Amino acid sequence: METLEQIRDRILARFPGAEASIVANPSPAAQPSLLLGAGLAREIAEFLRDDPLLQLDFCSNVTGVDWLDREIAEPAGKRLQPGYLEVVYHLYSMALRQGPVVLRLRTGNRTDRVTLPSLTPVWRSCEFQEREVFDLFGVVFSGHPDLRRLLMWEEFKDHPLRKDYVEPDDYEWEPTPHGEVLTKARRHYPAPPAAAAGGQGAP
Amino acid sequence: MSEPVPPGFTPTDAERDELRRHGILLTSLEELCDWGRSRSVWPLQFGLACCAIEMIAASMARFDIARFGSEVFRASPRQADLLIVSGTVTKKMAPSVVRLWNQMPDPKYCIAMGACAISGGPFKQGYNVLKGIDRYIPVDIYIPGCPPRPEALLHGLMQLQEKIRGQDITATAGPGGAPGSDCPVPAFGGHDLVPPQNETLWHPPALVRREDA
Repeated sequence: METLEQIRDRILARFPGAEASIVANPSPAAQPSLLLGAGLAREIAEFLRDDPLLQLDFCSNVTGVDWLDREIAEPAGKRLQPGYLEVVYHLYSMALRQGPVVLRLRTGNRTDRVTLPSLTPVWRSCEFQEREVFDLFGVVFSGHPDLRRLLMWEEFKDHPLRKDYVEPDDYEWEPTPHGEVLTKARRHYPAPPAAAAGGQGAP
Repeated sequence: MSEPVPPGFTPTDAERDELRRHGILLTSLEELCDWGRSRSVWPLQFGLACCAIEMIAASMARFDIARFGSEVFRASPRQADLLIVSGTVTKKMAPSVVRLWNQMPDPKYCIAMGACAISGGPFKQGYNVLKGIDRYIPVDIYIPGCPPRPEALLHGLMQLQEKIRGQDITATAGPGGAPGSDCPVPAFGGHDLVPPQNETLWHPPALVRREDA
């Protein structure tokens, strides 16, 4: 299979205005991915599917990542990089038995510019997984045929896999709390009676 | 026995065993009724997670729940006596479980099978799992385990039979004393189920903990 650099170069040659860059992966997996701009993402996806050398006809996995605002230390001083939501697609070719090619799409921010083009018209297997990303991360996929919540109920307001999600506070009964759970459970503890505080077998 | 039976005579178990040896069976309507109920507990065919696999195993030949009269897994709650909550109850599923419970005719019984149905289990601190089905419906028997082995389910069933044998047939309440009739179905709220628990059924146990604990 072509390297990701070759794929990127062919994309840039085919779509002159496209944004495509490679995101390196410093982990032991060392699997780089292709970051696409949202504008031409659907057309590039169709190209990847139909190109005779690639034939990436199967999208096996769609997942979301929530990136919070980050401070980046630079020689000129600290710079605040605003957060964004990221959607990751893993593509394989069943015809040529090759892959994966990893695509990334990023939203403008985490609040109001969260729309990305849906790739469900390109790969049908994205349908439920994009719904899941919409449900749990709040990414809105334009062009999705049936964009509803998948796992949570319709009336649910939040996006539970976002890093700033506040869960319901039902820690009133924790038999063996420790760590973070203990901190949360403590808010529900009744104040110990003065008599019982000293008489519970304290060493 | 030529003597007439005095009014108000209640034989002891030993006396009844003695009579049974002579071919005389003494019983009461209540005992007869409870005997019948406890030996034909029909469960609802309803599985939620991996505990359901153990429940299926318990119904098959090796463990054979039919030995206890409970092999008739009914596909309709209208024909079932026993709700085995076998597995993780997500918050999205919880209203359906309560609705199924309400559709079962009295007398009805509930077994919470496994850590998830009892308390949420390994998912207790998650945002999407109900922290125990006893927050919404009255549970008669809790079977711990993750998942419990089929023997544990059979033991739980035997414990339930024991409980049914002591049941007052005129009472409208279930064997646990909890109201057996309709439980309010929780609604889907913006962040959690509304209400988060049935206040008449479940209260958090009042644990007084030392601050340094």
